[in-house]
Amino acid sequence: MSDTHQSSVAGGVDHNSAEEVRKHVRTYVIIGAALMGGTVLTVWASLIDFGSREINIAIALLIASVKGFLVVGFFMHLISEKKMIYSILVFTVFFFTALMYLTLWSMERGNVIQIH
Amino acid sequence: MEIPYAVKPRPDTGLYNAKLGIWLFLASEVMLFGALFSSYILLRVNAAPGTWPHHWLNIWLGMTNTLVLILSSVTVVMAWASLKMGNFKRYKFCQAITLLCAVAFLCIKSYEYHDKFIHYEVVLTDGRIADGHLQSAETTSNTVVLEGIWATNHAELMDPPLHENKIKIEIPRNQIKSMDNYGPWHNTYTAIYFTLTGLHALHVIGGAIVIFAIWGPLAKVWEKDPERYTNRVEVSGLFWHFVDLVWIFLFPVLYLL
Repeated sequence: MSDTHQSSVAGGVDHNSAEEVRKHVRTYVIIGAALMGGTVLTVWASLIDFGSREINIAIALLIASVKGFLVVGFFMHLISEKKMIYSILVFTVFFFTALMYLTLWSMERGNVIQIH
Repeated sequence: MEIPYAVKPRPDTGLYNAKLGIWLFLASEVMLFGALFSSYILLRVNAAPGTWPHHWLNIWLGMTNTLVLILSSVTVVMAWASLKMGNFKRYKFCQAITLLCAVAFLCIKSYEYHDKFIHYEVVLTDGRIADGHLQSAETTSNTVVLEGIWATNHAELMDPPLHENKIKIEIPRNQIKSMDNYGPWHNTYTAIYFTLTGLHALHVIGGAIVIFAIWGPLAKVWEKDPERYTNRVEVSGLFWHFVDLVWIFLFPVLYLL
């Protein structure tokens, strides 16, 4: 198949061209290995007592966040995505952050009944 | 009339329609799972002391499923890269592995669900609690047989030791006060566990169906319109990566913490 079938971007570098993709194949394998290593690390960290459950939770979520960044950034190509996608995701980040803030805020106020 | 930018990207945005559409859809998916994660946090933090369980799920099965999904994410992106480089055979091979991973994930998840549905908590009339897996072959109309442990109260069942010696427990039915399994109705933990993982499993099934359709019945599109076909693989791949992303957070939250 000829490369003329591939998508192009007016006025900029096409990160999806065949040549660019060929360069990234090795990166995908490395990211996959890092994600698997991160999974083993998460389990290992969960079996260690860091002094409090809160610290264990923070470490597990930190590792998960790094893994999430690798998936979104490299597998979903967000680090080299178009501005339009970023514009959409700004709203997502805003509303997701607001949702989590409201969740934590409601707990701080102590206005949630205990659930049995 | 032909719909514009169905295949070629729009010059000013650099996006074709389906790619813009899938990102909008994923943005809504973030809020869907975000709402459930928010529910999980509220349920967990506000649970009365000693009522939130730990170690109820098999960590090694959860870890295996995580590795399976990560492998599938690698093969999905490699499949897309193969098409970009014009290698259709390698694409077919990579997506075949993706589909096998999807089936493996669902099989492991089904086993875990089954394990919860045959796990019973039996409260006896004298107040003792028998907790374990139902032995269907040995259970009769007069006696319930479990392989599990004895407990004197519910709190003992919330954080059982990882390696507990299980014994065979025979309980006459006339001594049973109540008996229910570890299904979604058991407590708030199992409710949110089944809700989160069930919704995620539906996404795995949906994603696998789409990937299979593109890989099999719709593969002839590659001959007629390779760019359209590659776009379809890219869009379905973005959805699959999102499914992987959700599991990356579900695994530690439900299995480890």
